[in-house]
Amino acid sequence: MSLAAAAPLLHVDGLSVDIRTESGAVAVVETVSFSIAAGRTLGLVGESGCGKSVTALAMTRLLPEPPARIAAGQIRLDGQDLVALPERELERIRGSRISMIFQDPLAALNPVRSVGFQISEPLRAHRRMNGRDAMKRAAELLAQVGIPDPAYNVKRYPHELSGGMRQRVLIAAALACDPDILIADEPTTALDVTVQAQILGLVRAETERRGLAVLLVTHDLAVASTIADRIQVMYGGTIVERGNTKDVLGSPNHPYTRGLLDSVPTVRKKLTPLRAIPGSPEGVAAIHRGCRFAPRCAHAIERCAAVEPPLVEVDLGHESRCWVFAPPKATA
Amino acid sequence: MSPVLAIHGLNVDYPVRAGVLSSRRHRAVTAIDLSIEAGQTVALVGESGSGKTSVARAIVGLAPISAGSIEVNGLVLDRHGTARLRQVRQTVQMVFQQPGGSLDPRMSVGQTIAEPLLYLSHMPAAAMRARVSELLELVGLGEQHRTRRPRELSGGQRQRVAIARAIAISPSLVICDEPTSSLDVSVQAQIINLLSRLQQELHLAYLFISHDLGVVRQIADVTAVMHLGQIVETGPTDRVLDAPRDDYTRSLLSAVPAIDRATEVT
Repeated sequence: MSLAAAAPLLHVDGLSVDIRTESGAVAVVETVSFSIAAGRTLGLVGESGCGKSVTALAMTRLLPEPPARIAAGQIRLDGQDLVALPERELERIRGSRISMIFQDPLAALNPVRSVGFQISEPLRAHRRMNGRDAMKRAAELLAQVGIPDPAYNVKRYPHELSGGMRQRVLIAAALACDPDILIADEPTTALDVTVQAQILGLVRAETERRGLAVLLVTHDLAVASTIADRIQVMYGGTIVERGNTKDVLGSPNHPYTRGLLDSVPTVRKKLTPLRAIPGSPEGVAAIHRGCRFAPRCAHAIERCAAVEPPLVEVDLGHESRCWVFAPPKATA
Repeated sequence: MSPVLAIHGLNVDYPVRAGVLSSRRHRAVTAIDLSIEAGQTVALVGESGSGKTSVARAIVGLAPISAGSIEVNGLVLDRHGTARLRQVRQTVQMVFQQPGGSLDPRMSVGQTIAEPLLYLSHMPAAAMRARVSELLELVGLGEQHRTRRPRELSGGQRQRVAIARAIAISPSLVICDEPTSSLDVSVQAQIINLLSRLQQELHLAYLFISHDLGVVRQIADVTAVMHLGQIVETGPTDRVLDAPRDDYTRSLLSAVPAIDRATEVT
């Protein structure tokens, strides 16, 4: 499958999100653009407060509006702009064309309803399936996500299942209506590593089998590297670097991406001391003029603090936002 | 030299409420042996429910010792509670995973760090003030942080405060229970470097509880792998991670996602 041949299914253009606070509106996501084609996975990577989860929630218009507000931009699904759609239309799309899975499956599941009831809920709502057929289908879905003895497990309740099984249940519910797009917000962060590996394998397999377009939101570069085709690094509400996974992780351009990679301790070898990034990720309320990473950057020059650099292509399909390492090509 | 911590055949059982008359118990830790020398870091690794936190809690008297003994600097703790916990806490302190939850939101940074001095030492007020200044500097904070409350600090700064509080009474052993798992990676690296530096300067021993094998590689001299309440493998960290002997250790290592970096930095 060639990259160029696959037409983007989800296309986000210039998305900006504000959150209203007592002291005025704060921009938490600023002019973020990306697209994802069928069968592809985009990893949205960043630390707390970088705007990655807000971006993910905006995809399904699940942001609490107000206080949040989509200030600008379009989110196009097959050409249809979700930003302009009324709530009733959005309800038809959520869970049917775009599904989400979250970090904490226990919080996302209803404790007083059986697993089968919850998996079949989108089928009853969107497909008008009757209860018995929907339950039968729920059991099939459980089998597909690797839960043994589905006829028995479909009747169990969330508290009776392990964390990994609960996440499988959420995935089954998310896939029930054969969506085109899956938004996965830190889907394995609450899980042990051995279970994490299983869940990532499952997401990868379903992506390929169904031709899903996946937006994977994570703070963990290693997790993104295992299933994402492309990686987009966010910092302070904006994209600082993006490209194919092997390019971004193999030859990172932006000082923040490099700093992140250097500060991850690896199992393979000891690095003493770890090269930490000084300071901590900025809160959303921080006012900025130039590059958002400049206050923590060892390479910052005067210009960095004054003017925000543009995203510049440093290699084919690999872009970075940095005056020092990705200077814009001189224009005539 | 006698070890700072020596655990022999430790069992930790928790009562399970199954009914009014039943007194079933659940064994979280089974027959653990573990020892730590002065200035050494021993990592206890394992997945959730493996019993690693129960071991830590038993050392400071927060979990029951059902069998076996824990010897801390010559003080013996067993199911009869021979040593007094107050004495144990003079030499053992803890740093928890959630600095937000382990710091009192109403207390200033200065009060928080001085609290163990107030209860466990007989320092005059002026000496205490000076000690707090010294501790702030040791953990990379400044005088300007003394009057702040936890909510005014970032996650990394809060964990620095928790570490300052833990080392305030100059303990010989600090138990770190997942001290960096709630932090962003860029900040996690700062805290790991801080713990390493403090260990060298103060000759501290660490019992480092973690599920993150990358972090363990960085900080631990010895690694013990726990599974279902038992230690399945113990050895020098490099040996355990490079040439694991136990099947469970191997499966744990193979599940860790790795970042493929084409141009490996040397």
